Amino acid sequence: MVMPPQLKIELRNADLGYRKESPLLQGIDLTLTSDDTVCVLGQNGTGKTTLFKTLLGFLPPLSGSLTLNGKPLEEYRPRERARHIAYVPQAHHTPFPYTVSQVVLFGRTAHMGFFGTPQKKDRAAVERILDMLDIRHLARRSYTELSGGERQMVIIARALAQEARLLILDEPASSLDYGNQVRLLDKIRLLEEQHTGILMATHQPDQAFLLDAQVLMLTQRHLLRYEDPSHALQPRILKKIYGVDIQVVDTGLAGNGASKVCRPVITSSKQTSNDQTP
Amino acid sequence: MTRNSLMVSGCVLLLLVAAVFSLQNGRYPVSGTQLLALLMDGRSEDPHLHTVIYNIRLPRIIAAIAVGGALSLAGAAYQGMFRNPMVSPDILGVSSGAGFGAALAILLSLPVAGVQASAFAGGILAVVLAISISRSIGRHHNAILVLVLSGIIISALFSALISLAKFSADPENRLPAITFWLMGSLADIRLQELPAVIALVAAGSLPILLSGWRLNVLSFGEDEAQALGIHTSRVRMIVIGSATLVTASVIALSGLIGWIGLVIPHAARMISGPDHRVQLPVSFLLGGIALLVFDNIARSVSASEIPIGIITALAGAPFFIVLLKLTSRKTW
Repeated sequence: MVMPPQLKIELRNADLGYRKESPLLQGIDLTLTSDDTVCVLGQNGTGKTTLFKTLLGFLPPLSGSLTLNGKPLEEYRPRERARHIAYVPQAHHTPFPYTVSQVVLFGRTAHMGFFGTPQKKDRAAVERILDMLDIRHLARRSYTELSGGERQMVIIARALAQEARLLILDEPASSLDYGNQVRLLDKIRLLEEQHTGILMATHQPDQAFLLDAQVLMLTQRHLLRYEDPSHALQPRILKKIYGVDIQVVDTGLAGNGASKVCRPVITSSKQTSNDQTP
Repeated sequence: MTRNSLMVSGCVLLLLVAAVFSLQNGRYPVSGTQLLALLMDGRSEDPHLHTVIYNIRLPRIIAAIAVGGALSLAGAAYQGMFRNPMVSPDILGVSSGAGFGAALAILLSLPVAGVQASAFAGGILAVVLAISISRSIGRHHNAILVLVLSGIIISALFSALISLAKFSADPENRLPAITFWLMGSLADIRLQELPAVIALVAAGSLPILLSGWRLNVLSFGEDEAQALGIHTSRVRMIVIGSATLVTASVIALSGLIGWIGLVIPHAARMISGPDHRVQLPVSFLLGGIALLVFDNIARSVSASEIPIGIITALAGAPFFIVLLKLTSRKTW
């Protein structure tokens, strides 16, 4: 497969949000390329959605500049933009029962003609992606009848069908059971190898370790970026973000995925029978 | 794709059958051979036959197809765009706007053409007002929700104005005229009124029929459709503009005919599936068939004709219940 050229999206000294008087994020400088894998951590309400909406072009920055490969993002037509940046929202309901194949085919919209007639190459791309994500068996099922986890995989497949160089994922694992979470992380590593940039919001810091990802922290209207997950994920910093004590343990296990894990400290101790009988 | 074209051709065939049946059916029965002779060489021994077919039934049949088709197509497009199967073509106020336009023209004793023009203008004006209100409220809110609410505001306003018009109309002539107009009828349609309506319906239907794929993608919501490469605000304007054009022009011709635009898209979705590229043309064809059938009932069930708006509402309710039962196992 021929690799399209690298992608680079840049925010320069940008205020983000809805009102000029009270931006949710201030003076943001951020560069993302198709070689980056970045996990976004932060409490709810710290501007994660605002950041994503801005990078997707839904919400223009209040000030500063936002460029894609050197050209202001707002000058791109939606079609062009969709060929560079794909979005994986949290899966939700649709009112109409499209099949999984049809939903994934929607991802090809930016590559189709004006009237949206799928060509052979579009259908081939859908097949390839269904195989890659191991969801070919769902192809003819109705999207509305799937479980939350299956739906999320279909939405990821739809984004992959766009063949964009940057994938923006909004807590893609939150509705998945544990097995599917692990499978999802596995697929994301696969994308990394194919030089697709990943920007992923997550509530589980462990995922940054597992993906060996950079960490972007949102706190008090600012961004902090760490190249190395073990710099970001330290008990002191985790306490600041989440307000609870979290230990970071090095398991010393080699292999795919980082060896460190986060372990929350539960303070209320459970009264067990062992405690009472010495 | 062959399955889809088969479905569309099947609907076209059914429409033709319904049209031929409607040509023959009525107080003045016409046999198949008589009809064939008339249509083939334009002659017949019966002097009334020509008038019955060309001046009365044919205009009515064409009007029924145009009105039913346009209302169903507009309803299907709106249901897709608003991502809500409960939406009907008058969601943005076009019906009450047209109703007020017609009532005002009747109050002013305008001729038929004036009533039609006024109804058309009223329908367009109502939707333009609804869009202006939603724009003035701003873009930071949920655009679709604000639009629907603006439509409700405008509908309520124009309904009040219709009541005002009725209240000030003289009860001998104008009040019944307004009331009958609001019930909807295909009875008085003349051949010369049709070309303009057909041209407007065609002009509005074409952009909708070509928006099928984009409506499919829009069903995942504004943000996702944008991320997938759809110019969502443009699609919305195309759909609203076209749907308003077709709805206002057919209402101007027929008066208010409810239910068709809400129910038929469901029936279409049931046989065609949710892909708007098929569902939209099937909706148009089924709408035409349904209104033809209802019009046959309207003009043959009793000695004096029943306004078709009453028939569609009476038939629509049980029909919708059956449809909901049939589709209840699936989500929409």
